[in-house]
Amino acid sequence: MENTTTGYLDMELLRFTTAGSVDDGKSTLIGRLLYDSKAIFQDQMEAVERASKKIGGEGEVNLALLTDGLRSEREQGITIDVAYRYFATPKRKFIIADTPGHIQYTRNMVTGASTANLAVILVDARNGLVEQTARHSFIASLLGIKHVVYCINKMDLVDYSQEKYEQIKSDLDDFTSKLEISDIRYIPISALKGDNVVDRSKNMDWYQGSTLLYTLETVHIASDANHVDCRFPVQTVIRPQTTEYHDYRGYAGRVAGGIFKKGDEVTVLPSGFTSKIARIDSYDGEIEEAFPPMSCTILLEDDIDVSRGDMIVRVNNQPNSSQDHEMMVCWMSQRPLQLNGKYAIKHTTRDARCIVKDIRYKVDINTLHRLEDDKEIKMNDIARITIRTTVPLFTDRYQRNRQTGSIILIDEATNETVGAGMIL
Amino acid sequence: MKYNLTHLKELESEAIFVIREVVAQFENPALLFSGGKDSIVCYHLAKKAFYPGKIPFPLVHVDTGHNFPETIAFRDNLVKNDGLELIVGSVQESIDQGRVVEEKGFNASRNGLQTTTLLDTIEKHKFDACMGGARRDEEKARAKERFFSHRDEFGQWDPKNQRPELWNLFNGMKQMGENFRVFPISNWTEMDVWQYILHENIELPSLYFSHEREVFIRDGVIYSDGEFMNKKPEEQIEKRVVRFRTIGDMTCTGAVESPADDLEKIIEEVAATRTTERGTRADDKRSEAAMEDRKKQGYF
Ligand SMILES: Nc1nc2c(ncn2[C@@H]2O[C@H](COP(=O)(O)OP(=O)(O)O)[C@@H](O)[C@H]2O)c(=O)[nH]1
Ligand SMILES: [Mg+2]
Repeated sequence: MENTTTGYLDMELLRFTTAGSVDDGKSTLIGRLLYDSKAIFQDQMEAVERASKKIGGEGEVNLALLTDGLRSEREQGITIDVAYRYFATPKRKFIIADTPGHIQYTRNMVTGASTANLAVILVDARNGLVEQTARHSFIASLLGIKHVVYCINKMDLVDYSQEKYEQIKSDLDDFTSKLEISDIRYIPISALKGDNVVDRSKNMDWYQGSTLLYTLETVHIASDANHVDCRFPVQTVIRPQTTEYHDYRGYAGRVAGGIFKKGDEVTVLPSGFTSKIARIDSYDGEIEEAFPPMSCTILLEDDIDVSRGDMIVRVNNQPNSSQDHEMMVCWMSQRPLQLNGKYAIKHTTRDARCIVKDIRYKVDINTLHRLEDDKEIKMNDIARITIRTTVPLFTDRYQRNRQTGSIILIDEATNETVGAGMIL
Repeated sequence: MKYNLTHLKELESEAIFVIREVVAQFENPALLFSGGKDSIVCYHLAKKAFYPGKIPFPLVHVDTGHNFPETIAFRDNLVKNDGLELIVGSVQESIDQGRVVEEKGFNASRNGLQTTTLLDTIEKHKFDACMGGARRDEEKARAKERFFSHRDEFGQWDPKNQRPELWNLFNGMKQMGENFRVFPISNWTEMDVWQYILHENIELPSLYFSHEREVFIRDGVIYSDGEFMNKKPEEQIEKRVVRFRTIGDMTCTGAVESPADDLEKIIEEVAATRTTERGTRADDKRSEAAMEDRKKQGYF
């Protein structure tokens, strides 16, 4: 159960995503975490029991039904869309993005991963490292997730064999050395029976490591955000124009990187004008240090022209300012990516348009091979492309800063989000 | 100094970011205000988002005509004290104009009728984005909802065809006649909301706190007595000490027996309860996919 007033204000938020092939047990695992941490309520449980019976399951309640919320998902017994789930322990509050595992839903996994601090990747102990494991690991790495926990699931079906576990672990070790993930862990579990999920397994004495929940509660995430490069994309300008605040002109936004303080010398992009931070304001009073992901309002000493889409940065640490960008893109639309096609884009708080100048290669997301000759980028494909934008964007490499390194492409005819870009 | 936010501060920050995005991306937004705790929290966050400026959009209340008197009193008081613009869409008017037909029978509710009134109000005032206090933890169809939820020209939600929502890049682009619903507190749980109300000392309607009330019991649900409550002859009015976990229409919101008369006690109670707040809402019990179906038609 969620804890009450005591200690509550010290809680941190951890966002994680779950991945794995169909039937590896993602939904069961989430159901287990929610159930064992008592985040499932009686009426939800009763609804799941009713639904389990209707679908024809027998014996154990199908915990997967807790997350598969849409009618079509329940009917087909699969997760189609990203579902967000919440639970808390006395140590942390968790947001889970439960995403479907099948290759035809790669875009949903990318979506779920885009805001996650950590990925839990399930591996069926009977099958070991399969194509999907490679794909999901690659996506986690591409999306800049710094912590990956491999849960070797269904240990109950391999007699809780240490040998099996060690073999899979060593295969994964080899494979992940090719990826950019800094923190990798392995846990043998049974999502169905509960081994090493919340409670330590009685069936695997040979495993000395933490349970999954303990890992989620304690993994260090405070330093994952970029605290070095000061970036403040301006969302909107606050001008009360009342007698009390006659000359007030505040730039509202959310810190996307670095630590801002009163007195800092800053440059406003794209104008290049410099000024000093007069104060950092909020409804609750002045803020001494503003850091990600804080929403606040910056006031400058000089009256310069600043508007939405501008970026406030430190004078001596500026982002890349350019109209040409090289990036990895995950394609999300039925209609393939068009070479020389024009798209609307959103980057931080800046809107612009772009033209796709070049498609370098497509990635075979199961083998990580570059397919230089296959430039047909269809839904769920991942490719390296270059674009030219109508106005300069102020960017950092995605792996350095997720906020200033990410971009979405929008089809101008349908207004749909069709591409997710990560700047290289 | 540790450079990390508590989860409440992070959620607050996220919601403020979303509300500011709405004002930046849309021409004519509004905040749907029901007088319940979630919309009151949204209002509080909007105040923070534009401080020291005023909130640059009106509050919209879809009034079923079956509200608790306490809710209306609270709403009117807030509007007066904070100098807000309030637009009321009236379900009674929709009925009088023949736009909708009132349900009959003892379990009749105006809940479903709200959708028409809401869509009419959106059209009349040409709102292109309506913010609301719905949360993903409330209900399983809501768990699939985006922050920026696209609605076609009929106000319909198409759950299987939602725009992917990546990072904090919210896509509010639309065709003429289409609009958005936006949910700034999507990622909050019931507990987060209560903790935040306590932390921020936010005023709430008295209904949320334990009080003695004239009630009657139907199908195990404790309903408040009131002028438009259609009682069966055998349903006896009795006095009980109750409070409400959510506030909707009087006809479909059940009370819980509770001695919790301040926020700390409510939080302890929320922590110990084993049913969701939606468990007291008759509107959700109609079928397994009741919420999904209503949302597709344009419900909140
Ligand atoms: N024996 C066993 N079965 C499991 C375990 N975890 C999941 N399952 C079963 O595997 C099937 C697929 O699980 P589900 O959670 O729907 O997988 P998903 O497709 O990854 O969400 C279900 O029948 C589960 O009961 C486990 O640890 N042990
Ligand atoms: Mg599933």
